[in-house]
Amino acid sequence: MRKLPIELCIIRGDKMIKKEMIAMLLAGGQGSRLGVLTSKMAKPAVSFGGKYRIIDFPLSNCINSGIDTVGVLTQYQPLKLNTHIGIGIPWDLDRNIGGVTVLPPYEKSGNSEWYTGTANAIFQNLEYMENYNPDYVLILSGDHIYKMDYEVMLDFHKESGAEVTIASMPVPMEEASRFGIVIADEKKKIIDFEEKPENPRSNLASMGIYIFSWKTLKEALLAMADQPALDFGKHVIPYCHAKGAPMYTYEFNGYWKDVGTLSSYWEANMELIDIVPEFNLYEEYWKIYTKSDILPPQYIASNSVVERSIIGEGSEIYGQVFNSVIGCGVVIGEGTVVRNSIIMNQTQIGRNCIIEKAIVDEYVQIGDCVELGTMEEKENDTKPNIYNHGLVTIGEKSVVPSHVKIGKNSVVSGETDSNDYPGGILDSGKTLIKVGE
Amino acid sequence: MRALGIILAGGNSKRMKELSHKRAISAMPIAGSYRSIDFTLSNMTNSHIQKVAVITQYNSRSLHEHLNSSKWWDFGRKQGGLYTFTPTVTPENSNWYRGTADSIYQNILFLKRSHEPYVVIANGDCVYKMDYNKVLEYHIAKKADITVVVKDMPVDTADSEIERFGTVKMNEDYRIEEFEEKPMVVKSKTVSCGIYVIRRRQLIELLEKCAEEGRYDFVQDILIRYKDVKRIYGYKLGSYWRNIASVEDYFGTNMDFLKPEIRNYFFKQYPEVYSKVDDLPPAKYNPGAHVKNSLISSGCIVNGTVEDSILFKQVFVGNNCYIKNSIILNDVYLGDNTHIENCIVESRDTIRANSYHVGENGIKIVVEKNERYVL
Repeated sequence: MRKLPIELCIIRGDKMIKKEMIAMLLAGGQGSRLGVLTSKMAKPAVSFGGKYRIIDFPLSNCINSGIDTVGVLTQYQPLKLNTHIGIGIPWDLDRNIGGVTVLPPYEKSGNSEWYTGTANAIFQNLEYMENYNPDYVLILSGDHIYKMDYEVMLDFHKESGAEVTIASMPVPMEEASRFGIVIADEKKKIIDFEEKPENPRSNLASMGIYIFSWKTLKEALLAMADQPALDFGKHVIPYCHAKGAPMYTYEFNGYWKDVGTLSSYWEANMELIDIVPEFNLYEEYWKIYTKSDILPPQYIASNSVVERSIIGEGSEIYGQVFNSVIGCGVVIGEGTVVRNSIIMNQTQIGRNCIIEKAIVDEYVQIGDCVELGTMEEKENDTKPNIYNHGLVTIGEKSVVPSHVKIGKNSVVSGETDSNDYPGGILDSGKTLIKVGE
Repeated sequence: MRALGIILAGGNSKRMKELSHKRAISAMPIAGSYRSIDFTLSNMTNSHIQKVAVITQYNSRSLHEHLNSSKWWDFGRKQGGLYTFTPTVTPENSNWYRGTADSIYQNILFLKRSHEPYVVIANGDCVYKMDYNKVLEYHIAKKADITVVVKDMPVDTADSEIERFGTVKMNEDYRIEEFEEKPMVVKSKTVSCGIYVIRRRQLIELLEKCAEEGRYDFVQDILIRYKDVKRIYGYKLGSYWRNIASVEDYFGTNMDFLKPEIRNYFFKQYPEVYSKVDDLPPAKYNPGAHVKNSLISSGCIVNGTVEDSILFKQVFVGNNCYIKNSIILNDVYLGDNTHIENCIVESRDTIRANSYHVGENGIKIVVEKNERYVL
């Protein structure tokens, strides 16, 4: 791992605290397209890849890039996020000066409000940023899976003479209309923007990662303070552009995955299983850190079969697991077959179950002889835009009784019992939510 | 807090063969994710002992690396902390630790400057769970000078097994009447676990007397020498306890963790065992992986067959490998078509493709020391 560059942690002779660049991580959003997975926790706190949570990726990127001051802006269901971050020990962000600070909205003597937009949240924390007297501020969101050296992006920002740098990555032209697109000249200077254009003029999609020169950011935020639901993409960036601040785009070509929907979340997990995955967690360089409190090794029993899967610490496998991502402390009973599924931390699955293409959240208890995702596919009756692609989703701390069948595109959350399954069946596309959402 | 802890972790045993070339026994990896000293350290922290000194001497690099932060065991508090004492040269003394008593005596200032009334002395090479407060209560109730934790070995234990321990005979009040270190003829199947509770001032006094007389061993020169003068009591430990002193012990202790009741006792029941966290990704099973009755640690990548074995952290098992009844220590790379049976493969080794290692009579220790080429 690279050493912290000295200029990032200078304390001046006059005892004024000085950080060259600090990061502000937006982690307050619900991520409602993840359905029941985010009914009790913010999206950045959702598990990923067996033992990680989504926020581990930007936090690890920060410390690996030499950024030791990170403000995490929380609002929606922050409990899990707060306990996960703590004082930042797993990421080495427990510092005497700087480190990680969780920044929830707070009451003020005058006008108190929630964070009404991404830039509004940053605006409400101007004081936090002032404390560190930064030259640059890095704005991040807590909902992507990627490894990125923000320091290289900062070098680009300085070299190009930009006041605002937007990270972007090339996407296939036919998909470009799903993204915010930046149009840049050959020196990567931004000429124009388009939000989800029908006929895109470029294939560079904005990644929602910005570096601002501090003065520019502060001036823009103060000037736009009264704008309702102040947003970076909608208001601050266009404002800076209109004012003629030099804006450049930093082109990123590594792995970057949005896990905003259940199907993309499922896909990104499944990609970790490939023999040499595109996103490789097994490299020594650029380690991803997380808070892990379970240590014991996993136990694979005599009659079990495990293939093409990754499995977290302390799990016990007595059944068969194929093509799946299993978290920490999971128990999979004898005779159970798990295929193409994500089973998160501390979930217990009984004997002789069949689990096909399911996302099972943390602390779920599934009885014996349960079948998930074995019936014919039907569209979800309440939220077909969330529960689709044939996935079965089981929410956090749910209980599924023995001898029931749950169909595709269906969702279960809460402590259910056999009365909730007439004839022992929850048909495909049905929604059974006892708590949450 | 009523007691401070001292862990004697300086020891070495020839019976560990090549495994002791790299590390002290206290740093031996256990059960996939732990080191043997973790059990004693966790017992200390779970008994609310906040100040712990680890005394090291033999080959302590690996152990020091493991103890590089005290936070894993929740020491490193404002009150207390984790201390490591290696032999140092002073104007008065330039000797190595000449024995267990001498190793504590050379650090007697640590005892003198503490204020905890009692001391728990334990070794770092045993696998067990224990609440030392219970021993301390017993010690006070018996008005003992020294309390020794003892264990009744199963009646069918061979004498040759017992010979390497200290054996005790107690009267009906559990006062120790006979204490023999490594007996020629085994007269008792009750052995000392090497865990002692003693009042701090008493310990200072005994150590100073020992030093004056040029005596250095805690067992010989304190326990055995004073057994008729001081009130030395035995406290019986009923739960799982195993000492690692030979390759067979080491292998057997690890293999015990394949039994569900042992795993359940150490991994699932309160209190927990703590260890250093390594930030490794989950274990990965590729096509061709066949794993049966085995413990697999984080960071492993498995492409072959693993049966009745323990893979420690970051082990890579190549295509078409066959591993049976073996222990593969941390960060080992096993090339394709390797056959390993009844072996312990030393850590950080690279085993070339098509290697064949089988322990014919007992356990074979595999040390190849091949270069690894990393792209």
